[in-house]
Amino acid sequence: MSDALGSDALGPIGRTVTMTGRRIRISARDIDAVITSLLLPLMLMAVFIYLFGGAIDTGTAYVTYVVPGVLVLCAAFGGSTTAIGVTEDMKGGIIDRFRSLGVGGTSILAGHVVASTLRNLLSTALVLGAALLIGFRPDASPAGWLAAAGLLTAFVVTISWLSTAVGLLARTPEAASGFSFFMVFLPYPSSAFVPIDTMPGWLHGFAEHQPVTPMIESLRGLLLAEPVGNEPWVALAWCAGILTVSVAASAALFRVRSR
Amino acid sequence: MHRRRTSHTEPTARTSSRTSRRTPSSPEPHRPDAPAIEAIGLRKSFGPVRVLTGVDLQVERGEVFSLLGPNGAGKTTTVRILATLTAPDGGLARVAGRDVVAERAAVRRVISLTGQFAAVDEKQTAEENLRMMARLSGLSRPAARRRAAELLERFDLTAAARRRAQTYSGGMRRRLDLAAGLVGEPEVIFLDEPTTGLDPRSRAGLWEVVRELSAAGSTVFLTTQYLEEADRLADRIALVDGGRLIAQGSADELKARVSGHRLDLVAAGPEAYLRIVSRVGPEAGRPWRPWRRPEGAAQAGPVPAHEPWQPRQLRHSPDSLTLALPTDGGADEVRALLDRADPERCDVVRFSVERATLDDVFLALTGREAAPHQETAHV
Repeated sequence: MSDALGSDALGPIGRTVTMTGRRIRISARDIDAVITSLLLPLMLMAVFIYLFGGAIDTGTAYVTYVVPGVLVLCAAFGGSTTAIGVTEDMKGGIIDRFRSLGVGGTSILAGHVVASTLRNLLSTALVLGAALLIGFRPDASPAGWLAAAGLLTAFVVTISWLSTAVGLLARTPEAASGFSFFMVFLPYPSSAFVPIDTMPGWLHGFAEHQPVTPMIESLRGLLLAEPVGNEPWVALAWCAGILTVSVAASAALFRVRSR
Repeated sequence: MHRRRTSHTEPTARTSSRTSRRTPSSPEPHRPDAPAIEAIGLRKSFGPVRVLTGVDLQVERGEVFSLLGPNGAGKTTTVRILATLTAPDGGLARVAGRDVVAERAAVRRVISLTGQFAAVDEKQTAEENLRMMARLSGLSRPAARRRAAELLERFDLTAAARRRAQTYSGGMRRRLDLAAGLVGEPEVIFLDEPTTGLDPRSRAGLWEVVRELSAAGSTVFLTTQYLEEADRLADRIALVDGGRLIAQGSADELKARVSGHRLDLVAAGPEAYLRIVSRVGPEAGRPWRPWRRPEGAAQAGPVPAHEPWQPRQLRHSPDSLTLALPTDGGADEVRALLDRADPERCDVVRFSVERATLDDVFLALTGREAAPHQETAHV
């Protein structure tokens, strides 16, 4: 699209790419964010495996049991970084500047989501790499790996949009961080760290039917080459539902916040 | 045809490529004769708060226009409406001949807005910020790099180009912010309180930049709560208070609207001060605003010569035993005022006749001092 004088118009994709590059540069320079989204999941994995793992009987090596849960937790931590980034953006004057350059909310928010997704996939890969080093031995077939990667990506994209909506809802970065607590908390009352049947009876209903459990069960099944039943479909349905609500909420909130 | 500016490297090419891309069937008509900005009856409420209650203004191309008023007067809302970021509840506004609501995209292509909050990324360097803005405004990668380098040079930021903006001083940050607003070579530049919070040296530097922009042919619309700033920079000033314009004109016209001059009297002592106040102040009769013209009479004219004498609105400075009375500065009136203030010729020790300042205008038109004074009073 360039002409000889070097002016070309960025389409929506070009704008989203530019906005994504911006978010990646910014979050790579944010030491807090790097620690939260990369180091914290690694540390938590170490805590669970080496400190708690010995006391938890899951019928298999605990590292084998816990890794899918840590992967999901890792995405949730990344989500909090995304929410804080969105809130900080909305607080300053830069959104007005972007809008006056004709860059709409779609490109701005998509930039956040794409950057968040890439960041989270990177931290997921790191955690998985570390898990393999400390004794995680998956038996998945190539198809199983592919399915697990697809599911995890869907989950990360969903969390990224959800965090974006949370970031738009919160007025301060502290509030955004607080709001995202529930995302970080959700993996605990699930089958991520301990089998659900060890929990008190009144918690079973919630733990079995909350969105994180089918995701963790599917990842565990796929990575360990065990039968997964319809869990992946339930997980995807959750993702689709949350995604729809989050995207719609983000669009509405962005309009309200930037009027 | 676009106005050609010193720094304008590829005006026609950019405009034509955009025009053909966005509206291939009906190229945007250029409206070189339209005023840079015109607004009629702008109204805006946020919930129960009526922020603008009917703003009319017109800014010619190439002019520096200043919207002057205290905090909460509606300055920022006016700017946001003109810059298409907020939709008005009522009224009409056009920028460069295009409607800010119906032709929002066209307006955005010819304006820039530098707001009160820095609109640059703290964690990006100046160069990265400017290149990103240049890319978003439609320049190719190499062109964006050139444009960024050019702006860094012009705003004296080349040495700090590779430092993150978070390490910048307030003045540097504001310059970077302004530079970021100029990547798209806007025809109309909106500056919302550009010097608020800056130290005097940075403020002077920013004034210099505004003068350069104006000299290069851009239209500049700036809001400020500093009378001095409007006085020094603006070709025309509109005073805004309580959501509407209460006066419009050049600084000289506005000053002439009050009375042109000010008679400063220094009293012999505290009692003398009070005696003078009781003779000429508002307490001596009904409250009255000096020579305030009826609504809509924006043009300044000669002050009515033979108005019956009335008590004057005063500017008090009891600490220095000084009070100020509006006057036309004529010998007759000054003599008459002195006689009335001090018939016994023992209360006034010194007097001087000063040219009215915008401060006087503000006081006369709103009945109170302009904002920065009030703010210091509260702190």
